[in-house]
Amino acid sequence: MIPFNFEWIWDMGHMVFHGGLWYALAIIGMGMTYCVIKAAVDTAKGKGGQHH
Amino acid sequence: MDSALIPEGVKRAPLWKFLLSIAVVSVVLLWGVFAMLLCWIKGLNQTNMNNAYGFALWIWADLAVIALGGGAFFTGFLRYVVGKDLLKNIINYAVLIGFICYSSALLILAIDIGQPLRGWFIFWHANVHSMLTEVAFCLSVYFAVLTVEYIPLILENRQLNKVPFLHNLAHNMHEIMAVFAATGAFLSFFHQGSLGGVAGVLFGRPFGYREGVLIWPWTFFLFTWSAAAAGPSFTIFVTRLTEIITGKTLVKQNVIDLLAKISGWMLLTYIIAKIGDTLYWAFVTAPSKGMALGQFYTQNPGSVYGYWILFAEVVVCGVLPALILITKRGRSNRKMLFTAVTLAAIGVCLNRWVMVLQVLAIPMLPFQSWNMYFPSWQEIATTVLPVAYGVILIMISYRYLPVFPQERELNPVD
Repeated sequence: MIPFNFEWIWDMGHMVFHGGLWYALAIIGMGMTYCVIKAAVDTAKGKGGQHH
Repeated sequence: MDSALIPEGVKRAPLWKFLLSIAVVSVVLLWGVFAMLLCWIKGLNQTNMNNAYGFALWIWADLAVIALGGGAFFTGFLRYVVGKDLLKNIINYAVLIGFICYSSALLILAIDIGQPLRGWFIFWHANVHSMLTEVAFCLSVYFAVLTVEYIPLILENRQLNKVPFLHNLAHNMHEIMAVFAATGAFLSFFHQGSLGGVAGVLFGRPFGYREGVLIWPWTFFLFTWSAAAAGPSFTIFVTRLTEIITGKTLVKQNVIDLLAKISGWMLLTYIIAKIGDTLYWAFVTAPSKGMALGQFYTQNPGSVYGYWILFAEVVVCGVLPALILITKRGRSNRKMLFTAVTLAAIGVCLNRWVMVLQVLAIPMLPFQSWNMYFPSWQEIATTVLPVAYGVILIMISYRYLPVFPQERELNPVD
Protein backbone atom coordinates (compact mmCIF):
# COMPACT_ATOMS: atom_id res chain seq x y z
CA MET A 1 0.00 0.00 0.00
CA ILE A 2 2.91 2.33 0.71
CA PRO A 3 6.48 2.21 -0.61
CA PHE A 4 7.76 1.29 2.87
CA ASN A 5 6.11 -2.16 2.71
CA PHE A 6 8.69 -4.90 2.24
CA GLU A 7 7.00 -6.29 -0.89
CA TRP A 8 6.73 -2.92 -2.64
CA ILE A 9 8.31 -2.70 -6.11
CA TRP A 10 8.43 0.43 -8.25
CA ASP A 11 6.81 -1.24 -11.26
CA MET A 12 3.87 -0.29 -13.49
CA GLY A 13 1.40 -2.50 -11.58
CA HIS A 14 2.11 -0.88 -8.22
CA MET A 15 2.15 2.62 -9.64
CA VAL A 16 -1.15 2.24 -11.52
CA PHE A 17 -3.03 0.40 -8.75
CA HIS A 18 -1.78 2.43 -5.83
CA GLY A 19 -1.60 5.65 -7.83
CA GLY A 20 -5.32 5.30 -8.56
CA LEU A 21 -6.08 4.48 -4.94
CA TRP A 22 -4.17 7.41 -3.49
CA TYR A 23 -5.50 9.75 -6.18
CA ALA A 24 -9.11 8.91 -5.23
CA LEU A 25 -8.36 9.05 -1.50
CA ALA A 26 -6.64 12.43 -1.95
CA ILE A 27 -9.68 13.89 -3.76
CA ILE A 28 -12.06 12.68 -1.03
CA GLY A 29 -9.71 13.79 1.76
CA MET A 30 -9.03 17.23 0.30
CA GLY A 31 -12.71 17.71 -0.59
CA MET A 32 -13.86 16.95 2.93
CA THR A 33 -11.08 19.03 4.49
CA TYR A 34 -12.14 22.00 2.33
CA CYS A 35 -15.79 21.54 3.36
CA VAL A 36 -15.00 21.30 7.08
CA ILE A 37 -12.63 24.28 7.10
CA LYS A 38 -15.02 26.43 5.03
CA ALA A 39 -17.90 25.44 7.32
CA ALA A 40 -15.85 26.49 10.35
CA VAL A 41 -14.94 29.83 8.72
CA ASP A 42 -18.55 30.43 7.62
CA THR A 43 -19.80 29.64 11.12
CA ALA A 44 -17.26 32.01 12.65
CA LYS A 45 -18.56 34.71 10.29
CA GLY A 46 -22.06 34.10 11.60
CA LYS A 47 -23.49 32.37 8.53
CA GLY A 48 -25.89 29.44 8.72
CA GLY A 49 -28.54 28.43 11.20
CA GLN A 50 -31.37 29.00 8.74
CA HIS A 51 -32.69 26.92 5.88
CA HIS A 52 -31.60 28.00 2.45
CA MET B 1 -42.77 12.25 20.86
CA ASP B 2 -40.29 12.32 17.99
CA SER B 3 -42.24 14.90 15.98
CA ALA B 4 -39.47 17.49 16.41
CA LEU B 5 -37.18 15.28 14.34
CA ILE B 6 -39.61 14.68 11.47
CA PRO B 7 -39.18 16.98 8.43
CA GLU B 8 -41.55 19.94 8.35
CA GLY B 9 -44.75 19.74 6.35
CA VAL B 10 -44.88 15.97 5.94
CA LYS B 11 -46.93 13.31 7.68
CA ARG B 12 -45.46 10.16 9.20
CA ALA B 13 -46.93 7.06 10.86
CA PRO B 14 -47.45 7.12 14.66
CA LEU B 15 -44.31 6.30 16.63
CA TRP B 16 -45.68 3.01 18.01
CA LYS B 17 -46.41 1.79 14.50
CA PHE B 18 -42.94 2.77 13.35
CA LEU B 19 -41.24 1.04 16.29
CA LEU B 20 -43.38 -2.08 15.84
CA SER B 21 -42.38 -2.28 12.16
CA ILE B 22 -38.72 -1.87 13.10
CA ALA B 23 -39.10 -4.63 15.71
CA VAL B 24 -40.62 -7.04 13.16
CA VAL B 25 -37.79 -6.48 10.66
CA SER B 26 -35.26 -6.69 13.49
CA VAL B 27 -36.25 -10.32 14.09
CA VAL B 28 -34.98 -11.14 10.59
CA LEU B 29 -31.94 -8.96 11.21
CA LEU B 30 -31.10 -10.82 14.41
CA TRP B 31 -31.46 -14.18 12.63
CA GLY B 32 -28.83 -12.97 10.16
CA VAL B 33 -26.59 -11.62 12.91
CA PHE B 34 -26.77 -15.00 14.69
CA ALA B 35 -25.72 -16.80 11.48
CA MET B 36 -22.97 -14.22 10.94
CA LEU B 37 -21.59 -14.82 14.42
CA LEU B 38 -21.66 -18.58 13.80
CA CYS B 39 -19.57 -18.06 10.65
CA TRP B 40 -17.12 -15.84 12.49
CA ILE B 41 -16.83 -17.98 15.61
CA LYS B 42 -16.98 -21.47 14.09
CA GLY B 43 -15.60 -20.66 10.64
CA LEU B 44 -16.57 -21.28 7.02
CA ASN B 45 -17.51 -24.89 7.81
CA GLN B 46 -20.93 -23.34 8.48
CA THR B 47 -21.37 -22.95 4.73
CA ASN B 48 -21.89 -25.45 1.91
CA MET B 49 -18.93 -24.07 0.00
CA ASN B 50 -16.36 -26.67 -1.01
CA ASN B 51 -13.40 -27.16 -3.35
CA ALA B 52 -15.68 -26.69 -6.38
CA TYR B 53 -17.43 -23.65 -4.94
CA GLY B 54 -14.92 -21.21 -3.48
CA PHE B 55 -17.36 -18.56 -4.73
CA ALA B 56 -20.99 -19.19 -3.86
CA LEU B 57 -24.15 -17.45 -2.64
CA TRP B 58 -22.30 -14.64 -0.89
CA ILE B 59 -20.29 -13.65 -3.96
CA TRP B 60 -23.44 -13.74 -6.07
CA ALA B 61 -25.16 -11.51 -3.48
CA ASP B 62 -22.16 -9.21 -3.54
CA LEU B 63 -22.16 -8.87 -7.30
CA ALA B 64 -25.94 -8.48 -7.40
CA VAL B 65 -26.17 -5.72 -4.77
CA ILE B 66 -23.23 -3.90 -6.33
CA ALA B 67 -24.98 -3.97 -9.72
CA LEU B 68 -28.30 -2.88 -8.20
CA GLY B 69 -26.54 -0.15 -6.23
CA GLY B 70 -25.17 1.13 -9.56
CA GLY B 71 -28.15 3.49 -9.63
CA ALA B 72 -26.25 5.73 -7.21
CA PHE B 73 -23.19 6.26 -9.35
CA PHE B 74 -25.04 6.51 -12.63
CA THR B 75 -27.77 8.84 -11.34
CA GLY B 76 -25.06 10.91 -9.63
CA PHE B 77 -23.12 11.01 -12.89
CA LEU B 78 -26.23 12.12 -14.80
CA ARG B 79 -27.20 14.71 -12.19
CA TYR B 80 -23.83 16.31 -11.41
CA VAL B 81 -21.62 15.62 -14.43
CA VAL B 82 -24.06 15.47 -17.37
CA GLY B 83 -26.33 18.08 -15.79
CA LYS B 84 -29.73 16.36 -15.74
CA ASP B 85 -31.07 18.74 -13.10
CA LEU B 86 -34.47 17.05 -12.87
CA LEU B 87 -32.84 14.07 -11.19
CA LYS B 88 -32.16 16.15 -8.06
CA ASN B 89 -35.61 14.94 -6.98
CA ILE B 90 -34.54 11.30 -6.80
CA ILE B 91 -30.78 11.52 -6.23
CA ASN B 92 -31.10 11.37 -2.41
CA TYR B 93 -32.92 8.07 -2.60
CA ALA B 94 -30.50 6.72 -5.21
CA VAL B 95 -27.62 7.58 -2.86
CA LEU B 96 -29.39 5.96 0.11
CA ILE B 97 -30.04 2.78 -1.89
CA GLY B 98 -26.43 2.78 -3.12
CA PHE B 99 -25.18 3.28 0.44
CA ILE B 100 -27.23 0.31 1.63
CA CYS B 101 -26.10 -1.86 -1.29
CA TYR B 102 -22.40 -1.11 -0.88
CA SER B 103 -22.37 -1.39 2.91
CA SER B 104 -24.18 -4.72 2.47
CA ALA B 105 -21.56 -5.87 -0.03
CA LEU B 106 -18.77 -4.99 2.39
CA LEU B 107 -20.58 -6.74 5.24
CA ILE B 108 -21.02 -9.91 3.18
CA LEU B 109 -17.35 -9.78 2.19
CA ALA B 110 -16.37 -9.42 5.84
CA ILE B 111 -18.17 -12.72 6.51
CA ASP B 112 -16.96 -14.40 3.33
CA ILE B 113 -13.24 -13.84 3.89
CA GLY B 114 -13.42 -16.08 6.94
CA GLN B 115 -10.86 -14.10 8.91
CA PRO B 116 -12.18 -10.52 9.02
CA LEU B 117 -9.31 -9.51 11.30
CA ARG B 118 -7.06 -9.90 8.28
CA GLY B 119 -9.36 -8.00 5.93
CA TRP B 120 -6.89 -5.12 5.71
CA PHE B 121 -4.24 -7.40 4.15
CA ILE B 122 -5.77 -6.86 0.71
CA PHE B 123 -4.85 -3.18 0.98
CA TRP B 124 -1.57 -3.46 2.83
CA HIS B 125 -0.15 -6.45 0.92
CA ALA B 126 -1.99 -5.83 -2.35
CA ASN B 127 -1.58 -8.26 -5.24
CA VAL B 128 -1.42 -5.81 -8.11
CA HIS B 129 -2.02 -8.56 -10.70
CA SER B 130 -5.48 -9.36 -9.37
CA MET B 131 -8.73 -7.85 -10.60
CA LEU B 132 -10.16 -8.51 -7.14
CA THR B 133 -7.59 -6.14 -5.65
CA GLU B 134 -8.93 -3.43 -7.91
CA VAL B 135 -12.44 -4.37 -6.80
CA ALA B 136 -11.46 -4.18 -3.13
CA PHE B 137 -9.81 -0.78 -3.60
CA CYS B 138 -12.61 0.77 -5.65
CA LEU B 139 -15.39 -0.81 -3.58
CA SER B 140 -14.16 0.52 -0.26
CA VAL B 141 -13.20 3.95 -1.60
CA TYR B 142 -16.54 4.24 -3.42
CA PHE B 143 -18.29 3.35 -0.18
CA ALA B 144 -16.44 6.33 1.34
CA VAL B 145 -17.79 8.46 -1.53
CA LEU B 146 -21.33 7.22 -0.88
CA THR B 147 -20.93 8.04 2.80
CA VAL B 148 -19.82 11.55 1.84
CA GLU B 149 -22.89 11.82 -0.41
CA TYR B 150 -25.21 10.53 2.35
CA ILE B 151 -23.84 12.81 5.12
CA PRO B 152 -25.45 16.06 3.81
CA LEU B 153 -28.83 14.34 3.84
CA ILE B 154 -28.34 13.36 7.50
CA LEU B 155 -27.21 16.91 8.30
CA GLU B 156 -30.44 18.23 6.77
CA ASN B 157 -32.43 16.63 9.56
CA ARG B 158 -34.70 19.27 11.07
CA GLN B 159 -32.78 19.50 14.35
CA LEU B 160 -29.25 18.96 13.06
CA ASN B 161 -29.77 21.66 10.45
CA LYS B 162 -30.33 24.19 13.23
CA VAL B 163 -26.69 23.84 14.27
CA PRO B 164 -24.87 26.53 12.21
CA PHE B 165 -21.69 24.51 11.65
CA LEU B 166 -23.59 21.42 10.46
CA HIS B 167 -25.83 23.57 8.28
CA ASN B 168 -22.77 25.17 6.66
CA LEU B 169 -21.06 21.80 6.30
CA ALA B 170 -24.05 20.32 4.46
CA HIS B 171 -24.24 23.40 2.24
CA ASN B 172 -20.52 23.23 1.37
CA MET B 173 -20.69 19.50 0.65
CA HIS B 174 -23.59 20.10 -1.72
CA GLU B 175 -21.55 22.76 -3.51
CA ILE B 176 -18.69 20.44 -4.41
CA MET B 177 -20.78 17.28 -4.76
CA ALA B 178 -19.93 17.13 -8.48
CA VAL B 179 -16.31 16.37 -7.54
CA PHE B 180 -17.38 13.48 -5.33
CA ALA B 181 -19.89 12.23 -7.90
CA ALA B 182 -17.26 12.25 -10.66
CA THR B 183 -14.85 10.36 -8.40
CA GLY B 184 -17.63 7.87 -7.65
CA ALA B 185 -18.33 7.35 -11.35
CA PHE B 186 -14.61 6.74 -12.00
CA LEU B 187 -14.37 4.22 -9.15
CA SER B 188 -17.62 2.50 -10.10
CA PHE B 189 -16.59 2.07 -13.72
CA PHE B 190 -13.53 0.12 -12.63
CA HIS B 191 -14.94 -2.03 -9.84
CA GLN B 192 -18.12 -2.93 -11.71
CA GLY B 193 -15.95 -3.83 -14.68
CA SER B 194 -13.37 -5.78 -12.73
CA LEU B 195 -16.08 -7.93 -11.17
CA GLY B 196 -16.99 -8.96 -14.71
CA GLY B 197 -13.33 -9.24 -15.60
CA VAL B 198 -12.82 -11.90 -12.93
CA ALA B 199 -15.04 -14.36 -14.84
CA GLY B 200 -13.83 -13.18 -18.24
CA VAL B 201 -10.16 -14.00 -17.64
CA LEU B 202 -10.82 -17.61 -16.56
CA PHE B 203 -9.31 -19.23 -19.65
CA GLY B 204 -9.61 -22.64 -17.98
CA ARG B 205 -13.40 -22.20 -17.74
CA PRO B 206 -14.74 -21.48 -21.23
CA PHE B 207 -18.22 -20.67 -19.94
CA GLY B 208 -16.89 -17.49 -18.38
CA TYR B 209 -13.92 -16.80 -20.61
CA ARG B 210 -14.14 -13.97 -23.14
CA GLU B 211 -11.76 -12.21 -25.48
CA GLY B 212 -11.45 -8.46 -25.16
CA VAL B 213 -9.32 -5.34 -25.41
CA LEU B 214 -5.80 -5.28 -23.93
CA ILE B 215 -6.13 -6.76 -20.41
CA TRP B 216 -9.92 -6.29 -20.25
CA PRO B 217 -12.26 -9.09 -21.39
CA TRP B 218 -15.64 -8.07 -22.85
CA THR B 219 -17.31 -9.02 -19.58
CA PHE B 220 -15.51 -6.06 -17.98
CA PHE B 221 -17.47 -3.62 -20.14
CA LEU B 222 -20.70 -5.63 -20.05
CA PHE B 223 -20.76 -5.62 -16.24
CA THR B 224 -20.29 -1.83 -16.03
CA TRP B 225 -22.88 -1.31 -18.74
CA SER B 226 -25.45 -3.60 -17.14
CA ALA B 227 -25.00 -1.96 -13.73
CA ALA B 228 -25.51 1.49 -15.26
CA ALA B 229 -28.64 0.14 -17.00
CA ALA B 230 -30.22 -1.90 -14.20
CA GLY B 231 -29.13 0.30 -11.27
CA PRO B 232 -31.50 3.18 -12.12
CA SER B 233 -34.27 0.62 -12.76
CA PHE B 234 -33.74 -0.73 -9.25
CA THR B 235 -33.89 2.82 -7.87
CA ILE B 236 -37.27 3.27 -9.58
CA PHE B 237 -38.38 -0.16 -8.31
CA VAL B 238 -37.59 0.72 -4.67
CA THR B 239 -39.14 4.18 -5.08
CA ARG B 240 -42.38 2.68 -6.39
CA LEU B 241 -42.33 0.08 -3.61
CA THR B 242 -41.90 2.84 -1.03
CA GLU B 243 -44.80 4.73 -2.59
CA ILE B 244 -47.01 1.63 -2.40
CA ILE B 245 -46.10 1.03 1.28
CA THR B 246 -46.50 4.66 2.34
CA GLY B 247 -49.57 5.22 0.18
CA LYS B 248 -48.10 8.45 -1.19
CA THR B 249 -46.65 9.76 -4.42
CA LEU B 250 -43.10 10.73 -3.51
CA VAL B 251 -41.55 11.59 -6.87
CA LYS B 252 -43.21 13.30 -9.84
CA GLN B 253 -43.88 11.20 -12.91
CA ASN B 254 -41.63 13.32 -15.17
CA VAL B 255 -38.63 12.51 -12.95
CA ILE B 256 -39.37 8.78 -12.99
CA ASP B 257 -40.02 9.01 -16.73
CA LEU B 258 -36.61 10.57 -17.42
CA LEU B 259 -34.72 8.02 -15.32
CA ALA B 260 -36.71 5.13 -16.79
CA LYS B 261 -36.05 6.37 -20.32
CA ILE B 262 -32.29 6.59 -19.71
CA SER B 263 -32.34 3.18 -18.02
CA GLY B 264 -34.29 1.74 -20.96
CA TRP B 265 -31.86 2.97 -23.60
CA MET B 266 -28.90 1.80 -21.53
CA LEU B 267 -30.59 -1.57 -21.17
CA LEU B 268 -31.37 -1.83 -24.89
CA THR B 269 -27.82 -0.98 -25.96
CA TYR B 270 -26.45 -3.32 -23.29
CA ILE B 271 -28.63 -6.22 -24.36
CA ILE B 272 -27.65 -5.76 -28.03
CA ALA B 273 -23.99 -5.89 -26.97
CA LYS B 274 -24.76 -8.87 -24.73
CA ILE B 275 -26.43 -10.76 -27.59
CA GLY B 276 -23.45 -10.03 -29.85
CA ASP B 277 -21.05 -11.17 -27.13
CA THR B 278 -23.06 -14.35 -26.52
CA LEU B 279 -23.17 -15.25 -30.22
CA TYR B 280 -19.43 -14.71 -30.67
CA TRP B 281 -18.69 -16.68 -27.51
CA ALA B 282 -21.04 -19.53 -28.49
CA PHE B 283 -19.76 -19.94 -32.06
CA VAL B 284 -16.12 -18.83 -31.86
CA THR B 285 -14.65 -18.54 -28.34
CA ALA B 286 -16.10 -21.66 -26.68
CA PRO B 287 -15.44 -24.00 -29.67
CA SER B 288 -11.84 -22.71 -29.82
CA LYS B 289 -11.48 -23.96 -26.24
CA GLY B 290 -12.89 -27.38 -27.14
CA MET B 291 -16.41 -26.85 -25.81
CA ALA B 292 -19.78 -26.99 -27.57
CA LEU B 293 -22.65 -24.74 -26.52
CA GLY B 294 -24.79 -27.75 -25.51
CA GLN B 295 -22.25 -28.77 -22.86
CA PHE B 296 -23.01 -25.60 -20.92
CA TYR B 297 -26.77 -26.02 -20.86
CA THR B 298 -27.68 -29.71 -20.99
CA GLN B 299 -27.40 -32.88 -18.93
CA ASN B 300 -27.37 -31.09 -15.58
CA PRO B 301 -29.55 -32.38 -12.72
CA GLY B 302 -33.12 -31.08 -12.98
CA SER B 303 -32.15 -28.77 -15.87
CA VAL B 304 -31.25 -26.16 -13.29
CA TYR B 305 -28.93 -24.63 -15.87
CA GLY B 306 -30.94 -25.33 -19.04
CA TYR B 307 -31.26 -23.04 -22.05
CA TRP B 308 -34.16 -21.47 -20.20
CA ILE B 309 -31.75 -19.50 -18.03
CA LEU B 310 -30.13 -17.89 -21.08
CA PHE B 311 -33.56 -17.08 -22.54
CA ALA B 312 -34.78 -15.68 -19.22
CA GLU B 313 -31.73 -13.45 -18.80
CA VAL B 314 -31.47 -12.12 -22.34
CA VAL B 315 -35.06 -12.02 -23.62
CA VAL B 316 -37.47 -11.94 -20.65
CA CYS B 317 -35.31 -9.80 -18.36
CA GLY B 318 -33.38 -7.92 -21.04
CA VAL B 319 -35.10 -7.29 -24.36
CA LEU B 320 -38.62 -7.12 -22.91
CA PRO B 321 -38.02 -4.50 -20.16
CA ALA B 322 -35.79 -2.49 -22.52
CA LEU B 323 -38.60 -2.27 -25.09
CA ILE B 324 -41.10 -1.24 -22.43
CA LEU B 325 -38.82 1.42 -20.97
CA ILE B 326 -37.89 3.09 -24.26
CA THR B 327 -41.53 3.67 -25.22
CA LYS B 328 -43.50 6.58 -23.80
CA ARG B 329 -46.58 4.38 -23.52
CA GLY B 330 -44.72 1.74 -21.53
CA ARG B 331 -43.26 4.27 -19.12
CA SER B 332 -46.51 6.11 -18.51
CA ASN B 333 -48.38 2.93 -17.55
CA ARG B 334 -47.58 2.37 -13.86
CA LYS B 335 -48.02 -1.41 -13.96
CA MET B 336 -45.94 -1.84 -17.09
CA LEU B 337 -43.23 0.42 -15.74
CA PHE B 338 -43.13 -1.50 -12.47
CA THR B 339 -42.97 -4.81 -14.36
CA ALA B 340 -40.15 -3.53 -16.58
CA VAL B 341 -37.96 -2.21 -13.76
CA THR B 342 -38.57 -5.41 -11.76
CA LEU B 343 -37.53 -7.56 -14.74
CA ALA B 344 -34.46 -5.41 -15.35
CA ALA B 345 -33.37 -5.84 -11.72
CA ILE B 346 -34.00 -9.61 -11.85
CA GLY B 347 -32.10 -9.79 -15.14
CA VAL B 348 -28.92 -8.30 -13.75
CA CYS B 349 -29.13 -10.59 -10.69
CA LEU B 350 -29.59 -13.58 -13.00
CA ASN B 351 -26.58 -12.51 -15.03
CA ARG B 352 -24.44 -12.33 -11.89
CA TRP B 353 -25.73 -15.75 -10.76
CA VAL B 354 -24.79 -17.29 -14.08
CA MET B 355 -21.35 -15.67 -14.13
CA VAL B 356 -20.57 -16.82 -10.58
CA LEU B 357 -22.42 -20.10 -10.01
CA GLN B 358 -22.93 -21.64 -13.45
CA VAL B 359 -19.26 -21.03 -14.28
CA LEU B 360 -18.33 -23.26 -11.35
CA ALA B 361 -21.09 -25.85 -11.94
CA ILE B 362 -20.01 -26.90 -15.44
CA PRO B 363 -17.69 -29.96 -15.64
CA MET B 364 -14.36 -29.10 -17.24
CA LEU B 365 -12.92 -32.60 -17.72
CA PRO B 366 -14.54 -35.63 -19.42
CA PHE B 367 -14.68 -37.69 -16.21
CA GLN B 368 -16.28 -34.91 -14.15
CA SER B 369 -19.96 -34.41 -13.54
CA TRP B 370 -21.89 -31.19 -12.84
CA ASN B 371 -21.02 -29.59 -9.49
CA MET B 372 -24.30 -28.77 -7.82
CA TYR B 373 -24.60 -26.53 -4.79
CA PHE B 374 -27.29 -25.45 -2.37
CA PRO B 375 -26.48 -22.87 0.31
CA SER B 376 -26.64 -23.68 4.02
CA TRP B 377 -29.17 -21.85 6.20
CA GLN B 378 -26.32 -19.77 7.60
CA GLU B 379 -25.46 -18.56 4.10
CA ILE B 380 -29.11 -17.77 3.39
CA ALA B 381 -29.57 -15.96 6.72
CA THR B 382 -26.46 -13.83 6.23
CA THR B 383 -27.64 -12.98 2.72
CA VAL B 384 -31.07 -11.95 3.99
CA LEU B 385 -29.42 -9.91 6.77
CA PRO B 386 -28.48 -6.96 4.50
CA VAL B 387 -32.04 -6.85 3.16
CA ALA B 388 -33.39 -6.43 6.70
CA TYR B 389 -30.70 -3.86 7.46
CA GLY B 390 -31.59 -1.98 4.27
CA VAL B 391 -35.29 -1.93 5.12
CA ILE B 392 -34.54 -0.54 8.60
CA LEU B 393 -32.20 2.15 7.26
CA ILE B 394 -34.76 3.19 4.65
CA MET B 395 -37.47 3.36 7.32
CA ILE B 396 -35.34 5.53 9.61
CA SER B 397 -34.12 7.76 6.77
CA TYR B 398 -37.61 8.21 5.34
CA ARG B 399 -39.00 9.13 8.74
CA TYR B 400 -36.38 11.61 9.85
CA LEU B 401 -34.66 12.94 6.73
CA PRO B 402 -35.89 14.98 3.75
CA VAL B 403 -35.23 12.14 1.29
CA PHE B 404 -37.87 13.18 -1.25
CA PRO B 405 -37.76 16.93 -2.02
CA GLN B 406 -41.13 16.79 -3.81
CA GLU B 407 -43.00 14.96 -1.05
CA ARG B 408 -44.38 18.10 0.63
CA GLU B 409 -45.71 19.50 -2.65
CA LEU B 410 -47.24 16.19 -3.75
CA ASN B 411 -48.81 15.40 -0.34
CA PRO B 412 -49.95 18.65 1.30
CA VAL B 413 -50.82 18.27 4.99
CA ASP B 414 -54.16 19.83 5.92
